[in-house]
Amino acid sequence: MTPEETKAFEEKIHAFVGRENGPPKRGNDDVNEAMIRHWAEVMGDELGTYTDAEYAAGTGKGGLIAPPAMLQAWSMEGYPMAENPAQDIQRQLHNVFDAHGFTGVLGTNTSTEFFRDLKPGDQVTAHCIIDTISEQKATGRGIGYFIETLTTYTDQNGEEVGKQVFRVLKFIPADSNDAADSSTEDDSPSVPTRITSPRGHDNSWWWKACDEGKILIQRCTSCQTLRHPPRPMCGECQSIEWDSIESTLDGEVYSFTTLHYPKIPGYQYPNTVGVIQLSEGTRLVANIVDIDYETIKIGMKVKGSVEQVDEKTMLPVFRPE
Amino acid sequence: MPVSLKNEAAIAGIGQTAYTKHSGVSELALTCEAVSNCIDDAGIDPAEIDGLVTYTLDSSDEVEVARSVGLGDLTMYAKINYGGGAAVGLIQQAAMAVATGAAKNVVVYRGMNGRSGQRMGRGVSGDIISSDLIHWSWYMAYGMLTPVSWVTLIANKYMHEYGATSEDLAVVAMTQRQHALNNPAAAGYGKPMTLDDYMNSRLISEPLRLFDCCQETDGACALLITSTERARELKQKPAVIRAVTQASTQGQEQMTSFYRDDLLSLPEMELAARRVYEMSGLGPDDIDAACLYDAFTPEVIMQLESFGFCGRGEAKDFIKDGNLTLGGRLPNNTHGGLLSEAYIHGVNNIAEGVRLIRGQSCNQPQGVEHVLISSGVGVPTGAMILGSS
Ligand SMILES: [Zn+2]
Repeated sequence: MTPEETKAFEEKIHAFVGRENGPPKRGNDDVNEAMIRHWAEVMGDELGTYTDAEYAAGTGKGGLIAPPAMLQAWSMEGYPMAENPAQDIQRQLHNVFDAHGFTGVLGTNTSTEFFRDLKPGDQVTAHCIIDTISEQKATGRGIGYFIETLTTYTDQNGEEVGKQVFRVLKFIPADSNDAADSSTEDDSPSVPTRITSPRGHDNSWWWKACDEGKILIQRCTSCQTLRHPPRPMCGECQSIEWDSIESTLDGEVYSFTTLHYPKIPGYQYPNTVGVIQLSEGTRLVANIVDIDYETIKIGMKVKGSVEQVDEKTMLPVFRPE
Repeated sequence: MPVSLKNEAAIAGIGQTAYTKHSGVSELALTCEAVSNCIDDAGIDPAEIDGLVTYTLDSSDEVEVARSVGLGDLTMYAKINYGGGAAVGLIQQAAMAVATGAAKNVVVYRGMNGRSGQRMGRGVSGDIISSDLIHWSWYMAYGMLTPVSWVTLIANKYMHEYGATSEDLAVVAMTQRQHALNNPAAAGYGKPMTLDDYMNSRLISEPLRLFDCCQETDGACALLITSTERARELKQKPAVIRAVTQASTQGQEQMTSFYRDDLLSLPEMELAARRVYEMSGLGPDDIDAACLYDAFTPEVIMQLESFGFCGRGEAKDFIKDGNLTLGGRLPNNTHGGLLSEAYIHGVNNIAEGVRLIRGQSCNQPQGVEHVLISSGVGVPTGAMILGSS
């Protein structure tokens, strides 16, 4: 698109911002014990406060409540939606994108806030607006725009009980041939992979070795000091001459955290990351797997190996010895 | 002959916008509103402003701000690096300009759609916020994408070594929320936080929870720095800059100083402490209140040790005694701070420091002579001591 065309296109899409996606949608069923029980069974989330009325009455909740994560379920369309997709404002917005080549769509993330517990008998109504459209972004998928819809859920008294933000990327697929190669099914989106580490003059040699299954540690050839992360000049003697040694990946946990939020596509959560003190003396940040947060101890011995963690990423991964 | 910045300059104006989750206007619009309010607060002619300082991360160019708010000719403008680590660095630039004559009246500002626009808490994945891609390459593939993830690797080491717990972090969060209850501008206004609320907030980067993390805010805040002499002629009681410094130390990285010999302290903050105490001739005992940078609760705890309010590993006991509350030894972030007022990258904490000196805080302790204020933690940082005239 020329700058003028882009401007005209952006005017068109920004005209959607703030618009209601459709009339408020009252749930087909009020909050009820049967649907709560089915949900709890299927999700394996059978807390007493969801399924055991007698128990729930004795808790601070004062009776059965719906699992907060069901919020969206109470006002969903149900199966007919699959055959006759709603021709709502959001669909019209996507049509504008499609007509300009932004045919790709990727749900990137969603976040929900809960203001109170829902109880059997509550009536949930969803009010959805097109909340924001980002600036044009260059993403790994291609050039595109992030669209956020904001759904506000109200109860029978018109009080807000929760909010949900849903964010999708509408993009011009970067390379349709690549997409075809990487997915075996016709329309199935490819599995998201981890963010590729940016590579430049001072670090690409390290990542190239990692791709080949080796973790290297930079060594000054003048004073023999090891250094990580790599840098072009030795901080000890200012030499720019260096080589590297291969790490044994024997080490211990120096510090760690387990990441829960935000959940970035391509990563598994909970996701534990440690600062690993390598036996060679340098430290390396990497994932620790096959162990719970509660079980990890600082000082614990770990052993690393370089593994393929997704379709295109090789990384060092540590496990307790 | 080197010039000491001690008492050379003062903060003579503060201005801010409403702090919201969705401003509906541009960052430039927010900034212009805050700068204009700041100039009105000081009672100075905008044409007299001849210097501007902001963050490298700020999107509002100096010339756009100058044109909009009717400033005069500019003779000094600068941008300071390292996110919230820039905060009091802005004041240092302004004070140096005032002390040397590079500019007479300098406005520093930060305006951001930090909630409705680019959110720090969303991480560096979709929207790269730093050009320093090689640096982030050591973390992104593992899922380390957010400020809280980087901070927790240092905080968790400290917590394990000294036995600090989630309950200790909760003290910081709850104390500042208590302060915000009296501040109508604050996100936490009218929203009390109990220990249960804290413990039930969701895990973000274990052991840190949502309530260990600062707000994400749309808003702007601006401050006017001029000579102490000139400040005395303006509308407000001057907050005199007793000492101000930036600080970065060996092994310093941007958020990821994981490779130092000792991860149990904040060497750059200790440098800042030595510098401001030496420049001002004051010590920890002279500090009556503080606005310690509080993007995440453990940062407050660790800084209490950096600034010598207690010994190493003792901060968890220091805070248990109520020392950060209004009646305590060191009332901290009396406006609610970044945790419970707003996240304007630390400039709003400096504004509260000025109000404390003026006697204008919504939670004004008695007899505040000196206030300590710090910049972002885990990055190249800085500190400042304000005093009354
Ligand atoms: Zn060397």
